Amino acid sequence: MWTWVVHRITGVLTFFFLFAHVLDTALVRVSPDAYDRTIATYKTPIVNLLEVGLVGAVLYHALNGLRIIAIDFWAKGPRYQRQMTWVIGTVWLVVMVPAVFFMTRHTLRALFGGA
Amino acid sequence: MSSPDLAAPRSPRSTGHTTGQRTKQRSNFELYSWLFMRVSGLILIFLVLGHLMIMNVLDGGVQRINFGFVAGRWSSPFWQTWDLTMLWLAELHGTNGLRTVINDYAERDNTRFWLKMLLYTSALLVLFMGTLVIFTFDPRIS
Repeated sequence: MWTWVVHRITGVLTFFFLFAHVLDTALVRVSPDAYDRTIATYKTPIVNLLEVGLVGAVLYHALNGLRIIAIDFWAKGPRYQRQMTWVIGTVWLVVMVPAVFFMTRHTLRALFGGA
Repeated sequence: MSSPDLAAPRSPRSTGHTTGQRTKQRSNFELYSWLFMRVSGLILIFLVLGHLMIMNVLDGGVQRINFGFVAGRWSSPFWQTWDLTMLWLAELHGTNGLRTVINDYAERDNTRFWLKMLLYTSALLVLFMGTLVIFTFDPRIS
């Protein structure tokens, strides 16, 4: 039930981001300057944090999507659906830790200096 | 007691003799839509996670993205094809997902109709704009 709720929420949020993202990329047809100025907002600390949220949302949606496919097409899928939830949760964590490290490195350095 | 003659979930609709007239007006659209979500989802896992990896995680991530970076990538047919496929599959996958969400939560016929019109209009806009940009990108624009 909760995996289904989160699947919906992450899906809808990602869809709204895709709308904005196609429009911001379309600025390459306006001018290099217009594109660069817009992309600069993606590099600010707050939007950087939103990007971490986006990656986390998309990764969950992808992993749970695989779980749904396994439930639908694998004969033993429904029986192991709960175990598969633990598997995707673990994979999500294992991937997110290094991803967050690399994604926020520049922001953390800019905010707190050092290293 | 004999069990009623029920088809397996999501099996194609019968053409009609035994189940009555009503089925003749129905289509298998929801079956294809269900299948499309699985197939496109599987392909999108590679395309989108690869895209996020390149754009946000590797080699400095989003900090290194600018017009020159986009120009360099779209000089290659490989990345043009990647992005075009990703655009179409993601937009159709998302539109179909939101169609389901609207059908589930918007209870009034009118609300449902207009929300879906808004959804389809936005989808056409995104697909048209995105495709146009990938095909007409000019690295020497000033």
